[in-house]
Amino acid sequence: MEAFQTLTGIVAPLNRVNVDTDQIIPKQYLKTIRRTGLKEGLFADWRTRPDGTPDPDFFINQPRYRGATILLTRENFGCGSSREHAPWALLDYGFRCILAPSFADIFYNNCFQNGILPVVLAPHEIQTLFERVSEHAGFQVTVDLPQQLVSCPTGEQFSFDIDPFRKDCLLKGLDSIGLTLQDEAAIAAYERCRTHEVPWLFQDLLV
Amino acid sequence: MAAQTLFEKIWNDHVVKQYPDGTTLLYIDRHLIHEVTSPQAFEGLRLAGRQPRRPKAALAVPDHNVPTTNRQRGITDPLSAVQVETLEANCREFGIPLFAMNDLRQGIVHVIGPEQGLTLPGMTIVCGDSHTSTHGAFGALAFGIGTSEVEHVLATQCLLQQKPKTMEIRVEGVLPPWCSAKDVILAIIGRIGTGGGIGHVIEYTGPVIRSFSMEGRMTLCNMSIEAGARAGLIAPDDTTFAYVKGRPLAPQGDLWMKALANWETLRTDAGASYDKQVILEVDSLPPQVTWGTNPAMVTGVDGVVPDPKEFSDPKLRRSVEQALAYMGLEPNTPMTEILLDRVFIGSCTNSRIEDLRIAARYVKGKRVADRVHAMVVPGSGLVKRQAEEEGLDAVFREAGFEWREPGCSMCLAMNADVLQPGERCASTSNRNFEGRQGKGGRTHLVSPAMAAAAAIEGRFVDIRHWL
Repeated sequence: MEAFQTLTGIVAPLNRVNVDTDQIIPKQYLKTIRRTGLKEGLFADWRTRPDGTPDPDFFINQPRYRGATILLTRENFGCGSSREHAPWALLDYGFRCILAPSFADIFYNNCFQNGILPVVLAPHEIQTLFERVSEHAGFQVTVDLPQQLVSCPTGEQFSFDIDPFRKDCLLKGLDSIGLTLQDEAAIAAYERCRTHEVPWLFQDLLV
Repeated sequence: MAAQTLFEKIWNDHVVKQYPDGTTLLYIDRHLIHEVTSPQAFEGLRLAGRQPRRPKAALAVPDHNVPTTNRQRGITDPLSAVQVETLEANCREFGIPLFAMNDLRQGIVHVIGPEQGLTLPGMTIVCGDSHTSTHGAFGALAFGIGTSEVEHVLATQCLLQQKPKTMEIRVEGVLPPWCSAKDVILAIIGRIGTGGGIGHVIEYTGPVIRSFSMEGRMTLCNMSIEAGARAGLIAPDDTTFAYVKGRPLAPQGDLWMKALANWETLRTDAGASYDKQVILEVDSLPPQVTWGTNPAMVTGVDGVVPDPKEFSDPKLRRSVEQALAYMGLEPNTPMTEILLDRVFIGSCTNSRIEDLRIAARYVKGKRVADRVHAMVVPGSGLVKRQAEEEGLDAVFREAGFEWREPGCSMCLAMNADVLQPGERCASTSNRNFEGRQGKGGRTHLVSPAMAAAAAIEGRFVDIRHWL
């Protein structure tokens, strides 16, 4: 996983509430057995109009947002299916950071597994950013993870919360499985104790 | 010891280690696996040279991609076939138990776990699937995870977790006979919204929950994720124990007695408090129908499609406008005037034997409307067999329904069961998102009874005045 420190990039706006992972990456792209090459599927059903031509109103089709690395959106982003293909597709397209007033739990967690920083800002701060993005073509912000700060060239600064463990993993690009395996002895001790207490949970599934 | 909620008891039992920053290393007892969200996890194990810690604590089954007709021909879609073959190969390589596609016990992963007695009170269960919340019906802490975490559980049998908050949803009153757990959960989501449960584990309590069968409880917990909750939970009771007893993977003999003694302690203590509380009164609940593109966009069957003008919040108004445009609906249309093209009875929400029995009762001796293509997709091979033993398949077939092989099918339309653009479907599934059942397809979520009646009439009917 690529570490995340500080990112300055173009902000692309997706002005919808409750964007579900079926929209982020529709089912027809889930048949892959790889993690890569999913950017074609990102918001696939919203990119085109019913006749198959690109929808000029959708941000991905607008030149001013080309090269965007930060996605700005609304409440409950990433709700629905647990598919990690959603963050894989966002990452493959080039997004490393998502700004929203709230995120769905599983999606939020999946972002951290892939070096994407989901930033929760207050609704009025998100509203301000939507206004700035609309006012200034090529609007960029700087997201500073060590300082937990989003800074605009227009002068606004917004601080955000993040739990220290996830922050540390992201800053260092840590493999969380490797971290857990450092506690192998604790896992083994837990299993010994619980096998005695609740043996039915430790029976092999023989089917 | 301080009074604890059911969630806190299960959580505390599974803490392997608590890190100074508040992160918990949580032990996972059981791991369900399907073909869509696992290939990259197995590939990760291979690349890192890691082995599963407890391969026999997991059970795998293909369900999302499998065809629901002509199974003997195999899977004709080459990509789906590769995904299912990859699951089988990974299970062989890593020693993970598998129900293959043509095994009688194959079915939707959240149907077969409980059916086999794998799902037990007090355990932690995960799956790379958001509807893992289903298993909370047994008083198990069960939640969906992404593929990286599937790999994490395979390698370590643990997950790094932040402790969720708790929410009690107490369902009061007496549920009218035409309503089911599906109507209750749709009403709950309509009340608290699709993000209302974010960061929380919901415990459902109250007399209505106690009166539900295990099938009903599974329907309720299944859709906890549609309210944004991390998991749903119901304290186990005699209904739970009677359901579990004697199932192939449930404890037997002395172990059963020991387990039972443990499970009887699994309830929220008097005096324990939740971070949030919601009370829903259901005495006069009408059958529910969704009109929009998320499950919170729901109303009673006696209601009308809302008018965006009634919403003062501009973001909400815009989302209602977008939903109505997608759904092809005009404001103030009575729900009972909405004509249907398709009816789908199935999914991990409503494909169990009780669901099929209820639907069959509404269908028996009638004919599916000419304009409707209707199908029933049982949740598992065993549900299908039982339904056939009870003659339910004949009831559905004689009425003009198709009777299919088990799988996820048109709930997410990864196999050949897909809505065409513009087609409108009454569905017993869990998500009415744009394109969920096929690009341009329009989904209305309902109970099995409402879906069955809608198939007969070709439109939604108020089943309170129908049968």
